[in-house]
Amino acid sequence: MNDPRGLPAAPVEHAPALPHESAELHVAGRAAYTDDVAEPLGTLHAALGLSPVAHGRLRGVDLAAVRAAPGVVDVIVAADVPGANDVGPIQRDDPILADGVVHFAGQPVFAVAATGVTSARRAARLAGYAIDPLPAILTIDEALAAASYVLPPVHVVRGDPARALAAAPHRLTGEVRSGGQDHFYLEGQVALAIPADDGGMHVLCSTQHPGEVQQMVARALGLAAHAVVVECRRMGGGFGGKETQMSLFACVAAILARRTARAVKLRLDRDDDMIATGKRHAFLHRYEVGFDDEGRVLGLDLTLASRCGFSADLSGPVNDRAVFHADNAYWLPDVAIHSFRCKTNTVSDTAFRGFGGPQGMFAIEAVLDDVARALGRDPLDVRTVNFYGTHERNVTPFGMTVEDNIAPALVAELARTSRYRERREAVRAWNRSSPVVKRGIALTPVKFGISFTATHYNQAGALLHVYSDGTVSLNHGGTEMGQGLFTKVRQVVARELGLPVERIRVSASDTSKVPNASPTAASSGSDLNGMAAQDAARKLRARIAAFVARKLDCAPQDVAFRDGFVHAGADTLPFAEVARSAYFARVPLSATGFYATPRIHYDRRTLTGRPFFYYAYGAAVSEVAIDTLTGEHRLLEVDILHDVGASLNPAIDRGQVEGGFLQGWGWLAMEELCWNDKGELATHAPSTYKIPTSRDWPARVRIAFWPEPNREQTIHRSKAVGEPPFMLALSAFHALRDAVASAADYAVAPRLDAPATDERILAAVEEVAARAAR
Amino acid sequence: MAEPIRLLLNGALVTVDDVAPQTTLLAWLRECRRLTGTKEGCAEGDCGACTVVVARRDGARLAWRPLNACIALLPSLDGTAVFTVESLRAADGTLHPVQQAMVDCHGSQCGFCTPGFVMSLFALYKQAGAATREDVDVALAGNLCRCTGYRPILDAAQRMRELPAPDGWRGPGRARDGSPPAAADEERLAQQLAALARPDGLDYAAAGQRWIAPASEEALAAACAAHPEAQVVAGATDVALWVTKQHRDLGTLIATTAAADLARIGRGPEGLAIGAGASLADAFAALDETFPELREAWFRFASVPIRTAGTLGGNVANGSPIGDSMPALIALAAQVVLRHGATTRALALEDFHVGYRRTARAPGEILARIVVPPRPPGLLLRAWKVGKRYDQDISSVFACFALRVEDGRIAHARIGCGGVAPVPARARRTEEALAGRPWSEATLAQAAGVLEREFAPIDDMRASAGYRRRVLGNLLRRLWLDAGASPRVATRVGDLAATGEAR
Repeated sequence: MNDPRGLPAAPVEHAPALPHESAELHVAGRAAYTDDVAEPLGTLHAALGLSPVAHGRLRGVDLAAVRAAPGVVDVIVAADVPGANDVGPIQRDDPILADGVVHFAGQPVFAVAATGVTSARRAARLAGYAIDPLPAILTIDEALAAASYVLPPVHVVRGDPARALAAAPHRLTGEVRSGGQDHFYLEGQVALAIPADDGGMHVLCSTQHPGEVQQMVARALGLAAHAVVVECRRMGGGFGGKETQMSLFACVAAILARRTARAVKLRLDRDDDMIATGKRHAFLHRYEVGFDDEGRVLGLDLTLASRCGFSADLSGPVNDRAVFHADNAYWLPDVAIHSFRCKTNTVSDTAFRGFGGPQGMFAIEAVLDDVARALGRDPLDVRTVNFYGTHERNVTPFGMTVEDNIAPALVAELARTSRYRERREAVRAWNRSSPVVKRGIALTPVKFGISFTATHYNQAGALLHVYSDGTVSLNHGGTEMGQGLFTKVRQVVARELGLPVERIRVSASDTSKVPNASPTAASSGSDLNGMAAQDAARKLRARIAAFVARKLDCAPQDVAFRDGFVHAGADTLPFAEVARSAYFARVPLSATGFYATPRIHYDRRTLTGRPFFYYAYGAAVSEVAIDTLTGEHRLLEVDILHDVGASLNPAIDRGQVEGGFLQGWGWLAMEELCWNDKGELATHAPSTYKIPTSRDWPARVRIAFWPEPNREQTIHRSKAVGEPPFMLALSAFHALRDAVASAADYAVAPRLDAPATDERILAAVEEVAARAAR
Repeated sequence: MAEPIRLLLNGALVTVDDVAPQTTLLAWLRECRRLTGTKEGCAEGDCGACTVVVARRDGARLAWRPLNACIALLPSLDGTAVFTVESLRAADGTLHPVQQAMVDCHGSQCGFCTPGFVMSLFALYKQAGAATREDVDVALAGNLCRCTGYRPILDAAQRMRELPAPDGWRGPGRARDGSPPAAADEERLAQQLAALARPDGLDYAAAGQRWIAPASEEALAAACAAHPEAQVVAGATDVALWVTKQHRDLGTLIATTAAADLARIGRGPEGLAIGAGASLADAFAALDETFPELREAWFRFASVPIRTAGTLGGNVANGSPIGDSMPALIALAAQVVLRHGATTRALALEDFHVGYRRTARAPGEILARIVVPPRPPGLLLRAWKVGKRYDQDISSVFACFALRVEDGRIAHARIGCGGVAPVPARARRTEEALAGRPWSEATLAQAAGVLEREFAPIDDMRASAGYRRRVLGNLLRRLWLDAGASPRVATRVGDLAATGEAR
């Protein structure tokens, strides 16, 4: 199937690049988010009282001034939670309100409901806290020294890495750190709880996992699941930050609503949101690698230690995924990966686009870059000799055979189209004559495993109604956070029913329509919900086809659905007319659909098996410039070749590639979370936490899709695209390393942690110069 | 007393008499008017989700400017025309070219930042002609998007000009030749605004708070002398955060915004006199005529909405050690003129700031103007800002070097620094190390060592003390490379990004 360049022979067919289903609402300011929905009469507004101390015994809170403040209607502490005071998604270690002990500075201790937003927020600041401070563990290093873990360490070992290291011609050790990252969804956390007449609760919430909010609210209120309905039409961004983090706020709103018998809205302001919600895990990566003269890895001992914060949250699966991606696209014959899930007195870190994958890849890419620089080789050559094979050298450290390896061909194609080699020479020539501004270039690949590692999450449901006027209402278990899921699934249904998309209305995610839905996460939204919706559409289509076949006396398989019409032999009927007559003929016009991902299994205890249905691939070449006087840096040029299979919507997929890439650049080069020595977050607003702006989008970018459908039977042979492009930004980080290395004429490998802020770049430049001079 | 606020909201006259004056425009739009298209993303003017466009009379024409509704206090909009995102779509549902371009280019994903981008682009649309990438980056510096990577929005900024232009105030505002419009409803808007003019200023009170906005410098000086305890507020780009972030009740506020003569900028033998009420944008434009070397620093000062709302007087009087106007003004030997009642006094700017956020302004006194002396012959001027992000960030270090080089010698040196001391500061020891020495690499390298040791900066989330010192010295090294070295070498990463040099 391959031509000499490694490209697949047949071109791939993409679905139409339709606009986002809400695009016209977005641009007109008409798209309603949770805070925009008209509030029921008498709605109260809530605010949280946050712990001023990182760790301590909570003896009590003096709430007299809070209760007496103007507008205050109710105040709750842990003891007021009617049911379980817990929102832990896996472990039960995440209190809604601190009980007995405070675990981090910013932990919610009490909540107040008042008649206005400002009165609630003012009142929340009037509490007196009686807290006896306890020693606080704030960093990974402190946690490792104290063996402080939220979950036990995990070790994945294959072969005999110690012997392979001892026998290797070359050995290197190294240590590098990657920082956390705030999601900075533009819409902060928000929930509106409305009491129902029968004691139940209706919750509007900005969430990637309405089903979990439903469970948590039910638990907190001591209700059955069916008494709680959770709804979310859209989020103003999620990125993983609303996979578990919203539960606490939804529960607080629901408890206050239950107590006051009034609707209660809790909308965090930006500062509280950044202080009180989890972020991407910061990692410490330590390695010892043994390799041959060409840079082929022979043995690797890798430690991945993450800061998890005070509770487990999703840290188990996040760190599992880091382990699962510490190979990236490379064959590691004898390998040990040690994963430490450190417990610290900081906010509990959580899902964030890539979910540990970026941190795992960060480690191996740093290892290979160091190997290349130790050997004086082009890092691309070292990466290339380490790629997985297609029939051998193709089993991951956790025992999964890589069946769909396109990384070598994809990287070769990108190196060609981007003129990587030529440009690398040009960069070096420039650097010889430029004493202050230095350029750097790098190419890195991405291989990202698609499926939830929690196997039971790999299922989805959909609900489809055809009305007697031929219009269609679509609901599924996924949520819309901007990624275009609703647009894609609508297109899938339109294609099955042969209807223009305008005839299909997508509706809010709603726990009363599709039960037990998985979070919209792990890039799986369209894979799962697209299939479930297709299943529902096919059931309806089959029923309608059978009806038409009976009516027109033809075979059901001769009934076709196209362009809003139903074609059967010589007859062509408008779909609306068919729907109407089907209704009168008492054909059921509502169907559910279901999908469960095949072929996946894995042993959570040993981290072995086939956790992923398939891999999504990509690669990027980035070129940067740094200023060796100030450390200022700029991204100059990017070439991306990314694998989306047969795209469900190329415009949306391109948006995911571009947005993921720049968010990755933010993680690696700009966004710095700073805590002081008391464990207080110092960067809790955009004034101090700097995400990329439009200027950070480079002037020269070329993006292409790998022209091959998914080899697995996914929805229309597409591939998941939400997370994989995030890691393309590793190319830009390595371009920075390349530029820093040039400051000492490439004599030594730079020591550079992420985020590579101006300050870290300057320090790295000075450090390589000093080391090279020795 | 107790006059209502009057403004045009999406073209219709609205009077307000029962809303506390320290209510933000955003809260009023969302909570009182149920115009929920305008979003809150940060409540501090840093993300742009709340951007609206405000039209004000500018002579016979209208000036259309983006504004951060989250930190604009409602009475400051008295006498203006406020347009929110809801107003752009025509009555028949046709999208505005800015909106259609955003749809066509797939410029929205989650959509939450989108209304703000649409309004910032609409403000750009109302300006003349084609926009370069630089123009668009400047226009969007105050708008954050977390989804798209910005490429489709940058494309939309070009595409919007290619779509058929609507009539009336929604139109581009200028013909292709750059001439101002003759649109009838723009003129009508201007007339409506003229009818809202208040020759005697505004004195508004509600819910126990008061807003006094005198209409002249004299009246402002009198009001401040009469209410020495009252907080003076100009663009509110900082004061509003005391409301939105600290939830403070500021009692009585005296606003400078209605005093037209306080915003005047004049040139005379004593130099450029910039009224304290002049917006940062207007002040920078005036400074740019004489000191074009400062342009980059001004374009990196916050964002367009902040520069049009904020005033130079406010930046100086607020006295933040990281206010970016002051190091340059100090290097230019600017003076401040203070006024109490009818009495004025002048002070060197470097003597105005006496401690962390403390100034020499006495209770009841106002900052009347900033006077920048004429450009001396032979002036070599550079100003550089270093921060974590190029656009819309607070300086880690800001340095402005003003040297006079005569016959190969540095005749005179003034250096203003920000971010390295509790106040914007003059680097006197470094100035001494330069003055009288040859204009050479060796001199600047030696002086860079002095500059690195001159201040005792702090460690904070923006930068460490060590980094600030090192960069400060290195900026002096950059000065030589940029202005003295031959042949010239590249000193700025941004030049590579802009020129296509990388190929």
